[in-house]
Amino acid sequence: MYNISVRGPVIKGNKTVQDVTADICKPIETKPGNWWYVSLTISLIFMVFGAWSVYVLFDEGIGSFGVNNTVSWGWCIINFVWWVGIGHAGTAFSIFLLILRQKWRTSINRAAEAMTVAAIICAGAFPLLHMGRLHYAFFVFPYPNTRGPIWLNFNSPLGWDVVAIGTYLMTSAMFWYIGMIPDLATVRDRARSKLKKFLYGVASFGWNGSSQNWLRLETLSWILGGLAAALVVSVHSIVAMDFATSVLPGWHTTIFPPYFVVGAILSGFAMVLTLMIIIRKIYKLDNYITDSHLNAICKILLFISLIMGTAYVTEMFMAWYSGNEFEIFTFFHNRITGEYNIAFWIMLSGNAIIPQLFWFKKVRQNMVIIFLISIIINIGMWFERYVIVITSLTKDMLPANWASYSPSLVEIGLFIGTIGFFVTFILLFFRHLPMISINEVKGILKYSQVKNK
Amino acid sequence: MKKYWKSLEEENGAEAAANEMAKVDHIHGGCVDLNGEIPGSTIASRRDFLKLCGFSLTAATIAASCEQQAIHKAIPFVIKPEEVLSGVANYYASTFIDGPEYCSVVVKTREGRPIKIEGNELSGISRGGTSARVQASVLSLYDSGRLQEPLQKSVKTTWEHVDQNIRSVLNTVNSQAGKIVILSSSIISPSTKNIYKDFIAKYSSTRVVYYDAASSSGMLTANQKTFGKQVIPAYKFDKAAVIVSFSADFLGTWISPIEFTKQYSGSRRLQKGANAMSRHIQFESGMSLTGSNADERFPIKPSEEAGLLIHLYNHIAILSGFGVFEESVPDATIDMSSLADELWKNRGKSLVVSGTNNEHVQVVVNAINHMLGNYGQTIDLDNHSNFKQGIDAEMDLLISEMNEGKIDVLLMNDVNPVYSLKDSGRFVEGLKKLKLSASISGYPDETAALVNYVCPSDHYLESWDDSEPVKGYYSLAQPVINRLFNTRNAQENFLKWMESESSYEDYVREYWKKNISPAKDDYGFRQFWTTSLQNGVYENSASSSSSPKLKAEVLNNALAGLRQNGSELFGDFEIACYESIAIGSGTQANNPWLQELPDPVSKVSWENFAAISPKNATESGLKNGDLITISSASATIKIPVLIQPGQAQNTISVALGYGRQRAGKVGDNVGSNAFPFIGQGYSVKVEKSGENRPLALTQSHHSMEGRPIVRETIFDKYLEDPASGNEMHAKSKAAAVTLYDPAVHHSYHWGLSIDLNACTGCGNCIISCQAENNVPVIGKEEIRKRRIMHWLRIDRYYSDSVDNPRVYHQPVMCQHCNSAPCENVCPVAATMHSDDGLNHQTYNRCIGTRYCMNNCPYKVRRFNWFAYSENDKFDFHMNSDLGRMVLNPDVVVRSRGVVEKCSMCIQRLQEAKVKAKLENRLMVEGDIKTACMQSCPADAIVFGDLNDDNSTISKNFSDERHYHLLEELSIFPSVGYMTKVRNKKEQTT
Repeated sequence: MYNISVRGPVIKGNKTVQDVTADICKPIETKPGNWWYVSLTISLIFMVFGAWSVYVLFDEGIGSFGVNNTVSWGWCIINFVWWVGIGHAGTAFSIFLLILRQKWRTSINRAAEAMTVAAIICAGAFPLLHMGRLHYAFFVFPYPNTRGPIWLNFNSPLGWDVVAIGTYLMTSAMFWYIGMIPDLATVRDRARSKLKKFLYGVASFGWNGSSQNWLRLETLSWILGGLAAALVVSVHSIVAMDFATSVLPGWHTTIFPPYFVVGAILSGFAMVLTLMIIIRKIYKLDNYITDSHLNAICKILLFISLIMGTAYVTEMFMAWYSGNEFEIFTFFHNRITGEYNIAFWIMLSGNAIIPQLFWFKKVRQNMVIIFLISIIINIGMWFERYVIVITSLTKDMLPANWASYSPSLVEIGLFIGTIGFFVTFILLFFRHLPMISINEVKGILKYSQVKNK
Repeated sequence: MKKYWKSLEEENGAEAAANEMAKVDHIHGGCVDLNGEIPGSTIASRRDFLKLCGFSLTAATIAASCEQQAIHKAIPFVIKPEEVLSGVANYYASTFIDGPEYCSVVVKTREGRPIKIEGNELSGISRGGTSARVQASVLSLYDSGRLQEPLQKSVKTTWEHVDQNIRSVLNTVNSQAGKIVILSSSIISPSTKNIYKDFIAKYSSTRVVYYDAASSSGMLTANQKTFGKQVIPAYKFDKAAVIVSFSADFLGTWISPIEFTKQYSGSRRLQKGANAMSRHIQFESGMSLTGSNADERFPIKPSEEAGLLIHLYNHIAILSGFGVFEESVPDATIDMSSLADELWKNRGKSLVVSGTNNEHVQVVVNAINHMLGNYGQTIDLDNHSNFKQGIDAEMDLLISEMNEGKIDVLLMNDVNPVYSLKDSGRFVEGLKKLKLSASISGYPDETAALVNYVCPSDHYLESWDDSEPVKGYYSLAQPVINRLFNTRNAQENFLKWMESESSYEDYVREYWKKNISPAKDDYGFRQFWTTSLQNGVYENSASSSSSPKLKAEVLNNALAGLRQNGSELFGDFEIACYESIAIGSGTQANNPWLQELPDPVSKVSWENFAAISPKNATESGLKNGDLITISSASATIKIPVLIQPGQAQNTISVALGYGRQRAGKVGDNVGSNAFPFIGQGYSVKVEKSGENRPLALTQSHHSMEGRPIVRETIFDKYLEDPASGNEMHAKSKAAAVTLYDPAVHHSYHWGLSIDLNACTGCGNCIISCQAENNVPVIGKEEIRKRRIMHWLRIDRYYSDSVDNPRVYHQPVMCQHCNSAPCENVCPVAATMHSDDGLNHQTYNRCIGTRYCMNNCPYKVRRFNWFAYSENDKFDFHMNSDLGRMVLNPDVVVRSRGVVEKCSMCIQRLQEAKVKAKLENRLMVEGDIKTACMQSCPADAIVFGDLNDDNSTISKNFSDERHYHLLEELSIFPSVGYMTKVRNKKEQTT
């Protein structure tokens, strides 16, 4: 049980139940500041850039990318893995912390889950856009057909990917939404306009707060939670297998599944941190997302970055220890010192070295530094995928095939476009949905007030 | 409006709703039944919802899978030609003739249109081999840039008009004893030569001047002076144990490369138990294809060649007791004594050749060969070849006479001097002083633009012709398609102009009857003619060759000539111009297949370049693609740099044949014209321009990084242990482990074996594969992005020093692995393994995830990045109806977004399989030859059934030299390689 006298209050400011409702519903019920409109405009412009890229892509073909015969996967796959990684945090947060009975998660999990859903949608777009013949994408589904029937290739990790990402997206979205129903009902109840009342009424599925409702909500949450817990591990393991099942030096490694899952959690938590700091600052929700919350996330990041460092060293050690000339070349001559060595060093410092600053309490208490490090980790994680995808492909087995790769404007546009979508999604989430779980925070209010016994 | 309420509950709407819900809960005892349906309710239930979902999904799926069928109109024959059977190919023997280039071919036609050139195995010259240019020539037939109508001053006109005018001018000029000149490319056709003779008989004031863009005039005059025969001898590289070549690219472009490649690779073949192999030493400036295959290679400046040859002469002269040149011989930059010893030991079995066009140097070469007793053995002057006939002095005289107004009529046949002359300005001036100028040409080229009449000539696949490339070796060319445009046989022009009624076909037949046929009676001749036409060749080369007498005084003159020859110094660099493998002298510059064919050594396509040595590049701070200006007294060009390992210091090599101005839409302004540098002396000035234009390179890394990719050994070690250099194979074989069940091949197991010792890297197979499999052309920009579509590529590696590296050529196509990495990872099973060991690619099924491309360790899979057919952005042959006629109907044109790769010519396999089945037998060796194998001039590729222990391929696979590329991956490829063996004395690593 959470011991408040040891750990301090989870929610600060001696909030009453009514305070919680009022505080959290405030952004929905009041007009947002100018920053909101400015951000929305920028992210919409980003999305227009993305839409233009999609148009060019569909009009001309994959040739509008910078990829070539040697490097057939480029930014799209990097971004796919990166977004999937970010999409990890929400569910990991809710599920793992739920299992570990970490009460402090309640003020963060809602936003983290929203982030997950947005990120997974962004991630899912890439393998589709990356396909040569999108109109036949349905071939990857196992369905009875008149072509033989021909089934998909169950040996291919790409087939597993479809299932993993699809399931993960649906489960996360459902988990997020189901958890939001009581809060939507709260918003509905507080809504003044008829339209809002109607819309939130529909969205809250007629929640009436009966014990029956609560019972079902809890049951469903636990079931979905249980399912999602497995998915959190499986989804990125499977993404890892997209690489690990190949013969390519630098991809063909058994460490990939756990290494990818850990990496995903690192990037996801870093993104949560970025987001939380912004929410705190803008909506002045310091009492809900307290310094100790951020402190806890920092500690988790520190721990995970140590695992990442270990993974990097293990990979390197195995390449050397195996004596495989291709692996030795890939790791020691291509990644550490080769054409793309900058990417390698950004990856290493961003994910394994700079997070070590979290050992210091002073650092963990400095919002600016935390914010910067969270951004650095995300950049570092992007470069980790860059190192894995690009360096391994550019210089593989036969030196005659070695080629360089640089992204085209279309590829950059697609990435910017998904960032635009992500930000738009989050902005709309801030504006129209309760960004902190009202009902769950209320549930832990008892750990928030230091009462005189 | 005022709000009335009955109760407090009604006023509070939320509570009312809650009460309603409670009621419902109450009715059903607080639980919803299993189906989620409320009995008696008309509200859509969950079940209905799912039904609806299922229906929409199914409907959408069905709608999506109804693929739109492309509509193709097929018009049946009203009266079917007897020999045309839809879907069945007809083959006709013919002859490829492009000026001095010759190859006996078999043309594959489908539904009346030629689609593929195969080598003619019955020919004693090309012996079933072709070259990339021969392979690509079929595409030139369907070139919309060809001349389509006769032109008068660039305006369309009729043949009658042209003939009438030309005839009247000819008659007037002839009657006034004016001068008529036929300026012709070298003519290897005896009938055409006879037409010239007849023409001279009719118009007595006519003379014929032969002109070759890449001239061998030096050799012809040297032979005239030394032996009294103005011919190019026939060379027998297969009979030579030691081959010494001074800048002669005899495997690539010199005289008769297909013939020489056959001979050369034949004498270097190492079958089981072989104990001899020829030795090849090359001296040259740039790294030529021939130099890249040499056992030893010495980079020299063009100006050093004469001196080295004199030293070689002197050393051999001492050994043979001949007179020695003593006067002012420059110091030898390379010690020639050991080479002289080696040649002397192999006298009568050696061969020294030089590619230079300097007659004095050629005289020295002749003298060396004569001392070595090679005449009559490896060099045959009696049964000489007819490839090159142009004498530079005659051309110079013609131009002077033209400028002096002494010439009245100039009839040009198959020449483009305005483009390929070093001083074309003078020629153009001279053209203006003529009464009449006419050009017989296939293209509206640079020369055609400036003459009075342009007479479009047929493509060789549309015309009759004959040829005698080497004395006694005759071959016939026959049309395999009706004329596409309003063109006619080049020779028919002369027949018309001399008022002969006979067609060229009849003329050739008459000529053969009179001069070639052993049977003179009608019946016998008809039989002979039919057989010759069917075989494409008639060979009657029984006469033996003798050693000619050398005129000794010529040698001293030559030395005197060489002393005077020192050209003035213009700059620090010496230029060496050469013909490139793909473009040659530029006649087929409008052929996109050839423009896109990477140069075998430099791997540059779509451009010529200035090759400089790595040392020079470092010194002057140049990198690949930097534009430099090369200038001599007569010319200046701006051209990108390529750093070429093995290039002699302070030399620059530039390919001829580029920089065409009026070649057609593909060939115009590709590269720079280097012809003006020819014959001007070697010295040039080089200046940096500061600009950079990236080259279209298909390979940018040149070291094997110590990996056992091309395995090699030296001949001495091979004799001790045939497996030398290939020790890894046994280890890999022993260590091969797989988790998968081994692939079982019930009936056949197709495989391919490539002998790296035979392969010269000439690139014939690349174009052959491209023609057979409808491989698209993608253009320079896309090549720069490294997206070449060739299913078969030739990797080229260097080893040892950058100043003089050893070079390796390795053809790589899909290896058809038995545990193929690509097959595992395709999510939709678009790539599968067949029972006969092939790795299939199903275009219909492919969705283009490109994982297979990443997972292929050989990177042989190709992706359709764009729609390459019917797309204006790729305005090559596949963008026009005419150009698409070259497509092989048995091979689908791939759509945008699918992956493709080598299928081991599965269409040929299927055809042969059906044939064997109809004959109720199993397929046997020789039933099928893949496109790459069929026309390989080096016989380096063997295709066959690995299940058959007696097949050649099984023997190759059990040879000690056999190994698989990347065999340590245990993916069990069906393609094998055989180690490269160099005939060097000791391995210097």
